[in-house]
Amino acid sequence: MALPKLAVYKFASCDGCQLSILDVEDLLLDIASVVHIANFPEASREVVEGPYDLTLVEGSISTPHDAERIHEIRRQSKYLVTIGACATAGGIQALKNWKDTDLFMSTVYAHPEYLETLETSTPIKNHVEVNFELRGCPVDKMALVEVVAAFVQGRRPNIPEYSVCVECKRKGTPCVMVSHGTPCLGPVTQAGCGALCPSYNRGCYGCFGPMESPNTEMLAAAWQRLGASHRDLVDAFRGFNAYAEPFRITSDHHEALAVAKGE
Amino acid sequence: MSEMYVSGQSGIGRLIEALAERGHRVIGPVVRNQALVYDEIEGVEDLPKGWTDLQEPGKYRLERRGDEKLFGYVVGPSSWKQYLNPPEEVLWSGTIGPDGFQTDPPPEPPLYAFFGVRPCELAALAILDNVYTTTDGVPTFGGYTATREKAFIVAVNCSDPGGNCFCVSMDTGPTAKAGYDISITEVAHSGNMRYLLSSGSAAGAEVLAGLGGLDEASSDEIEAGDAVLARAAEMMGRELDTNDLPDLLKGNVLNPRWASVGDRCLACANCTMVCPTCFCNTVDDNLSLDGTHATRTRKWDSCFTLGFSYMHGQPMREAVSSRYRQWITHKLSSWVDQFGEMGCVGCGRCITWCPVGIDITHEAGAIRRGDLRDTHITVGGHSS
Repeated sequence: MALPKLAVYKFASCDGCQLSILDVEDLLLDIASVVHIANFPEASREVVEGPYDLTLVEGSISTPHDAERIHEIRRQSKYLVTIGACATAGGIQALKNWKDTDLFMSTVYAHPEYLETLETSTPIKNHVEVNFELRGCPVDKMALVEVVAAFVQGRRPNIPEYSVCVECKRKGTPCVMVSHGTPCLGPVTQAGCGALCPSYNRGCYGCFGPMESPNTEMLAAAWQRLGASHRDLVDAFRGFNAYAEPFRITSDHHEALAVAKGE
Repeated sequence: MSEMYVSGQSGIGRLIEALAERGHRVIGPVVRNQALVYDEIEGVEDLPKGWTDLQEPGKYRLERRGDEKLFGYVVGPSSWKQYLNPPEEVLWSGTIGPDGFQTDPPPEPPLYAFFGVRPCELAALAILDNVYTTTDGVPTFGGYTATREKAFIVAVNCSDPGGNCFCVSMDTGPTAKAGYDISITEVAHSGNMRYLLSSGSAAGAEVLAGLGGLDEASSDEIEAGDAVLARAAEMMGRELDTNDLPDLLKGNVLNPRWASVGDRCLACANCTMVCPTCFCNTVDDNLSLDGTHATRTRKWDSCFTLGFSYMHGQPMREAVSSRYRQWITHKLSSWVDQFGEMGCVGCGRCITWCPVGIDITHEAGAIRRGDLRDTHITVGGHSS
């Protein structure tokens, strides 16, 4: 029986999530034994034509060309999984969604007339139907293996949607907000990184995006009691997952307050 | 009552060493990441000498005491369930091969000595024992019982209750009544620390008898210990009126107060993770990529996650208010129906480690008083 065909595509992104696939090292051989790596330009120049059974998409949609290309990829894919903060939320480049793109182009490029770009950087799900989203900046490599294994075995991936706090507590890491007053996005951020930053006594940066039921406004209030300004909150929520709706609403709210208060 | 001995700090050190010599992994309080957590200790020098913990809703700070007390603090974020019901544990694993399916041999249960167990924590262990045993006394969770039965318990009575303590309300402290092998009371005596030791079991008596260098406590010393604990009982940071509380909560399922707490709650699950009696778990089945090796893993879960109540395609407790109501009502009301006692011991962890400082005693009190909403809420204090 032929193995299911796997394709990996890149849109606006840094390649870090694709590299996580190569980073699984010896497990890569196990992956290659259960799926046919048919189209993965970063790993092999050999490209087998579609359609594909499992397609992993990295990156956000930021050009008219990409906005077209994703539809063709969707047509060629039975099961489409987006990987990383760019593909699931628009990425760090979604910060441009709050700015004037023409101004950037004329400032950075000598001949902006050669460029074709969109006003926004948006997640893949805003353009086509997505079957599963794997979060993270970058994604966790073992979570990627889990997604591939679950696909091959015809089951739902075991990927948590609760807060980073659960991972901190399971690891035995004392809460950085409670024990030393360090602002942390962990309570509103989806688990998956193994609560990396708090185990080094730092607050969470929200790399995995909003958790399943994020109470961002109440966390923002707790940050303010620790001394954070509205401007600090705008910066915190406008990170790798700035355009994810709960983070976007909260950063917009505090930006309006920062302006009103002259911060 | 068993014989009461007295020693200085060197006696505490000898006790830790004696337990290690008997083959126990001795677990006790240590300072890490600016908090007291439970981890392996080798001697008296590993204990948090001279530290105390200031606790408020949503706030915890370690501070220097200015004395040499070994036990001048209460509890941190960890509890003993971490060792009896570990956060992640492989329930079984197995491999399919040419000779059929073979399960891997389970690991031997570890031999622990829990050192510095507070009276409220002894009560929590008794509650977990009850949870993990049928009414006929049959263990329902083999891993817990195997580890628990072998564990040696050194209890430490509380001389310095914290800002979020309410063990007196729950009748669990500050003095250990039962459930320990050895109990210790620390008494400051003109700058010197003295330790009253007594046994609560045959194993405890044997360890104390073999320790050497202990004196028999005089009646003055015993009285001084009693005075410390009587004073501690007057120093509770909080209070919970448990009178008719199970029925009160049952009768307030639709109280608008739940919406108020639902607005504030982050649903981050910290309260349940730090609670010494919260026992909810989830089970993940995982299969290797090639499908030959299967692992079933138990992990701490929480009634605050959406996945916890997920069934038939949707979560049954979508609103955060309903998740908070479920948690507090289980702790203080339906736990009684289920296990014959409340699931709260008054340790205050859920109050301290809630990042927004939601206070179980305050919320239960609000339901009793009929307060719909706090007019002013801050971390570190409640409604004005």
